[in-house]
Amino acid sequence: MIVQRLPLQLGKQLAEPFRKRINRAPSPFLAYCVPWLSVMLGSLSPHWPLIASAPIVPPMGLLILLGWMQLRRGLLPIWVGLPLGAFDDLFSGQPFGSAILAWSLAMIVLDVIEGRFPWRHFLFDWWVGALIVTAVLVLAWGLANIGGGSTDMLVIVPQIALSACLIPLTGLLVSLLDRFRLLPIKSV
Amino acid sequence: MVSPPNRRSSSSRRAQYGTFFGYLLGFGGAVIGAGLLAVSLSNPGAFAFLRSGASDAVAPAAHAAAGSRIHSQGLVATIEGYFAAASQNAALHREVEATRVRLIEAQALAGENRRLKDLLGLMQAETRPVTAARLIGSTSSSTRRFATLDAGGQEGVGVGMPVRSPMGLVGRVLEVGRFTARVLLVTDSESVVPVRRASDGIPAFAQGRSDGTLQIRLISLGINPLKRGDALVTSGAGGLYRPGTAVAVVTSLTPDGAIAHVISDPGATDLVVVDPVWADIVPPAPAPTAVPSRSPIKHAKKAAPAR
Repeated sequence: MIVQRLPLQLGKQLAEPFRKRINRAPSPFLAYCVPWLSVMLGSLSPHWPLIASAPIVPPMGLLILLGWMQLRRGLLPIWVGLPLGAFDDLFSGQPFGSAILAWSLAMIVLDVIEGRFPWRHFLFDWWVGALIVTAVLVLAWGLANIGGGSTDMLVIVPQIALSACLIPLTGLLVSLLDRFRLLPIKSV
Repeated sequence: MVSPPNRRSSSSRRAQYGTFFGYLLGFGGAVIGAGLLAVSLSNPGAFAFLRSGASDAVAPAAHAAAGSRIHSQGLVATIEGYFAAASQNAALHREVEATRVRLIEAQALAGENRRLKDLLGLMQAETRPVTAARLIGSTSSSTRRFATLDAGGQEGVGVGMPVRSPMGLVGRVLEVGRFTARVLLVTDSESVVPVRRASDGIPAFAQGRSDGTLQIRLISLGINPLKRGDALVTSGAGGLYRPGTAVAVVTSLTPDGAIAHVISDPGATDLVVVDPVWADIVPPAPAPTAVPSRSPIKHAKKAAPAR
């Protein structure tokens, strides 16, 4: 639905090659790489031009991954938490392995919910996403504390609230990326 | 609606196997993650080489991003400046007047210090910074507070070296890669900095709270002598940090100490200086007895950089 209401606006010159739909197919490289690359780019958020003296920036990699899993089931395999979580752990500052564990569990939970409720409402997806993000952030907080920190739990409350509010927006971003991913640019 | 009882993904045997092995790998990923986590919790430096390699790899892109971070920050500051210009100007004038007097006093004190040191025959320790570098990233979504420095082993950066900005102490180096290094910020809850009150030298420890503030714990318990607005500087105890580097300003009091605001907010810091470990510059005090004199400093050095 979101995809149809918000088409990717391209300039006239740029849009011309894509006007011809006949004899055109999406490039397999874009179609398969964009989801992975977008999540990895989200995981690089510690290197984004952002200023944060408190942990308030939402886990962008996880939010984008949730968006892909909810928009296109089966596009990313269920074991995606292992490689992408490992990449996230390299930059997040968490003890290595915490995102691998948390993301793998999140993917399994998402898949179970997907099978149990095949027809879902937008709000339902939002709720599920918010619950998963909250669980992952609390788990990450606990693991960081075991790994040498001693942070008060109140510190992550604003981050949880912000992440939950951001889920529809990252969903929108993912739907735009999905549109871009399937642009018919390869002639057959 | 409940999903149908038959949950076969397809009638194709190949597709069924694909789904099955996908699930197997999914659960396997969770198990592998738990195993890696156990390793990294028992030995925090176990995957340091992976992390430093990764930050070395993204350093060029991160460098560009850091530049735009500083520019955007300057833009915000400029816009803010327009709103508070008049009152700020007046306040600054008053401050300059007060500071000018203090400066003259400080010059007098510096002269006196030099004289007294000459009298005692103390050596003025030469502190040449290891390198000047830029913070190109800081963990923004984890409760652990680390920053990435765009100088590494190539520039002579070593583990345990203190990092400071013109405003004050930023943190200390934790892991070193070839071109980048990982800095444990003073606001991290694992960082404990020995500090003293700038005015009278009351000793305390400053521990990070992960939200940009520090918890100040006094060493001697009793009536809490701290007040709002007290400046805290490093005391040099432990041998890591050079004494007299500004750290924080007290913002509110607690029963056993205070909450202090970090002067040099790592998120807003651009250029930093890496200093050598303090205990390596200053020769140890001469031993009063036959007991080896270096032992306390050595212990402190060993204890402090260990995670």
